[in-house]
Amino acid sequence: MIPELGTFSTILALCLALILSVVPMVGAYTGNKLWVDYARPLAKGVFFFLTLAMALLAYSFQTDDFSVVYVAQSSNTNLPWYYKFSAIWGGHEGSLLLWVWIQAFWTLAVAIKSKNLPLDIVGRVLAVMGMITVAFLLFILFTSSPFERFLPNAPMEGADLNPLLQDFGLIVHPPALYMGYVGLSVAFSFAIAALLSGRLDAAWARWSRPWTNVAWAFLTLGIALGSWWAYYELGWGGWWFWDPVENASLMPWLVATALIHSLAVTEKRGVFKSWTVLLAISAFCLSLLGTFLVRSGVLTSVHAFATDPERGVFILGMLIFVIGGSLLLYAIRAGSVKSESSFALSSRESLLLVNNILFTVACAMVLIGTLYPLVMDALNLGKISVGPPYFNALFVPLMSLMVVFLGIAAFSRWKETPVSLLSSKLWLPGVLSVVAALATHWLYSGSIEFWVLLALLLSYWIVFTWGREYLTRLRIRKDWLANMTRQSRSYYGMLLGHLGVAVMIVGIAMVTVFVEHRDARMAPGDQLEFRGYTFIFDGARKVQGPNYVSDMARVRVLKDGQPFREMFPEKRKYTARSMVMTQVALDPGFTRDLYIAMGEELENGAWAMRLQFKPFVRWIWLGALLMTAGGLLAASDPRYRKQDKREAAERGSYA
Amino acid sequence: MRKFWVFTPFVAFLVMGVFLYKGLFMDPSKLPSALIDRPFPSFSLPSLYEPDQLMTEADFKGEVALLNVWATWCPTCKEEHEQLNKIGLREGVPIYGLNYKDDPQLARDWLQRYEDPYTKVVVDRDGRLGLDLGVYGAPETYILDSDGIIRYRHVGEVDEKVWQKLKGLMEIIAAEGEA
Amino acid sequence: MKLTLLPLLLCLLSFPLWASFETYEFSTTHNEMRYFHLSKELRCPTCQNQNISDSDAPLAADLRRELHRMIESGYDDDAILDFMVSRFGDFVHYRPRVAPETYLLWYGPFVLLFVGFGAVLMVARNRRLRAAAVQDAQVTDTAEESAGVTPLTPQERERLENLLRQDKNL
Repeated sequence: MIPELGTFSTILALCLALILSVVPMVGAYTGNKLWVDYARPLAKGVFFFLTLAMALLAYSFQTDDFSVVYVAQSSNTNLPWYYKFSAIWGGHEGSLLLWVWIQAFWTLAVAIKSKNLPLDIVGRVLAVMGMITVAFLLFILFTSSPFERFLPNAPMEGADLNPLLQDFGLIVHPPALYMGYVGLSVAFSFAIAALLSGRLDAAWARWSRPWTNVAWAFLTLGIALGSWWAYYELGWGGWWFWDPVENASLMPWLVATALIHSLAVTEKRGVFKSWTVLLAISAFCLSLLGTFLVRSGVLTSVHAFATDPERGVFILGMLIFVIGGSLLLYAIRAGSVKSESSFALSSRESLLLVNNILFTVACAMVLIGTLYPLVMDALNLGKISVGPPYFNALFVPLMSLMVVFLGIAAFSRWKETPVSLLSSKLWLPGVLSVVAALATHWLYSGSIEFWVLLALLLSYWIVFTWGREYLTRLRIRKDWLANMTRQSRSYYGMLLGHLGVAVMIVGIAMVTVFVEHRDARMAPGDQLEFRGYTFIFDGARKVQGPNYVSDMARVRVLKDGQPFREMFPEKRKYTARSMVMTQVALDPGFTRDLYIAMGEELENGAWAMRLQFKPFVRWIWLGALLMTAGGLLAASDPRYRKQDKREAAERGSYA
Repeated sequence: MRKFWVFTPFVAFLVMGVFLYKGLFMDPSKLPSALIDRPFPSFSLPSLYEPDQLMTEADFKGEVALLNVWATWCPTCKEEHEQLNKIGLREGVPIYGLNYKDDPQLARDWLQRYEDPYTKVVVDRDGRLGLDLGVYGAPETYILDSDGIIRYRHVGEVDEKVWQKLKGLMEIIAAEGEA
Repeated sequence: MKLTLLPLLLCLLSFPLWASFETYEFSTTHNEMRYFHLSKELRCPTCQNQNISDSDAPLAADLRRELHRMIESGYDDDAILDFMVSRFGDFVHYRPRVAPETYLLWYGPFVLLFVGFGAVLMVARNRRLRAAAVQDAQVTDTAEESAGVTPLTPQERERLENLLRQDKNL
């Protein structure tokens, strides 16, 4: 009964979403205010019924209703309750429901937070978001319903959630990532609404900005969580694999990053309008493309997810409709948009355009690299692999160039910036960066490593240029504190974001170059020493977990000869699927992680052990967190709301 | 000019869409052999039936034949064995066996129990020959021509449908050998 | 789902999920570094998307053993890669070779980059010429009006002026 209610609830949400995608849109065209007014209650209705569907699925999981195919596939009576909860999005069907639920959430948020926008725009935006919801709900109901039942015989026990997914990472990573992916649909819908209404002015850029910032922040967070999860869960300590699945999330991020910068120019200066619209469309389209790549089985990495060609054809049809349709609309409408504003080559506009070019090219590069094997194969040119060596070789120079311009941009002004001004402000940070980079490197390690030096140089460049710019602002008036608080939240958000880049660069370079690892056979009592740490293996014993048995080793760590930590790596055998997996022991630290993974059991109680010293690896995710915080801070800037309110009041007085 | 440029994203997407559609019906896990039209790698390994006798690549020359990589630990090998029996014993097509990373005694027992479709079987206990041959998953079935040149590779189970395809290829290869 | 872990399931489902690795000895640390790097550049043919260092597949173990043997017997990197590619095809190497069919892959992004920078130069220069023609003063407004775009609202203008004043304060 409960699963049937779930299906029913989903169908009701679909009906409401259908009305949402038609009625307000027609209302906006015919100027029928009543029809447009339907948009908000409908958005609430869709959200309500999808929340209900989620709750019913959660109920089926918690009550171990294995007559539901999806529950039987990804749960088990012995699974702890919190994994029974996160198992909702542990597979294809449920994660799709999560996706569409988040879509409904964003639609609701726009409906509530758009009081001050012109009604016809709200109607169009919500209608476009309704259309996306319809497409996904159709996909769920026709090909991938999580409420399907085994009839007439239901299994007694579920197959259990894949042990890899029985982790905190599954609880937080997909929701954060989907908040990001789907959040981009808001900027997309604003762009489509602007194209449809023909009002491609600076106002839509201002409306989109806070939404885009929030979505971008979540996307950053989601990707970082995924990277962190892979780092500790998979047992070999990598944090980015350039796998098609990861690339699918990186591409929208790169374009969204370009977008948040381009929106700034469009809002403030009214230029690049059609370019910004194109970015807004592309960012969301790339999330959709990612869904296709991951769920259709066209790329090798993702076979486990959904190999059903029917699903692939369905998503591809949806892609053609949404992406093809919006790009066609763009082509028809944007051709006539002209943004007339003058700026010199040396100006903030140009620099932001360079930022956009670099991020877009980086995204194109990732796209080319990800799809190239597919294209080669389709053209019968043979099977090739495009992997980390390719992506690193091209991505690193592009991003290094980006950081160089990021520093220059600190002192740029709108319209025109005299080159003499730039050079007078930049030489000092430049010299300081070189000195500081050399000094830091020398302090950390005797031998000079090119990549580390470059990374330190770039990080200091960001810190010193933007630091100097910030200091200039503090000197505008006498009172430093007042100067400090006078700066807007979006300004501080930007500073935080840029600082995050600097921090992340250090982490990436340090852990890549200075990582140290030992694969060793260790018998009880054996010890191994490196980087000032001594690791003593005390042997392993059997431990019984809730749904697994494990071999747990004890490794005592000494630092400079003094007792420092005890670490307990495990090798678990999950009983339901009889899968064995490593549980890494980590000692996280600000400047280094100690990382121990167990390999195979050897003779006489000895084990193969992999010990790793990972310097500054935390800085990668710390950088991402700073960026996330920056994005959220910028989005919370009250000026967006004030401005909208003022305009709404004006419209009211004219009417 | 501008009117033309704004269409590029749309056109680019359509081109990509064509490839994505094609991609839906391709199997990215199937790899072609890197040794097509190259001679069978040289080796010197014992025969399964007479362990003292060493076989070499010369043993695989003389006629168009199948070469089947198999092992007793491989479930799919068991599934296709019946079909191999039909090909080798009923239709009289020569099949060379390559017993891959296996225990020879188990292999002999297996052939005793399930019938033996192979004309010759070479034992590749540590997988060196398999490595030289680029074997990445048993079972694999190759077509060798009369000069011992590798002409085709099939990865996975040989069922009736695959066999009909292999048979057709073998006939073409035999015909060009005579011409 | 965009779980970073899922790609690995294909391979891992059929094999034990432990990090399998050998405790090879190397004659020099240089050789050890080469082993470390090469094992990350070679793709395990069975698992579809893992390098041989991370993969638990038996074939990956064979390839690691072979890699160790070749490094220790003095083969250079090119010879080792040739050895692998001649057996398993281009698929086995994560760094596609530069050949006519991969020119687009290797050089395409750079072409895009140059086109992009060219576009910046053109846009900035064009805008400049137009600005010169309109004669300073309220460049923005006049240009926008002539193009049929909504002019700045009083609020926007006020803010713009504020911003400009801020710039002057710097």
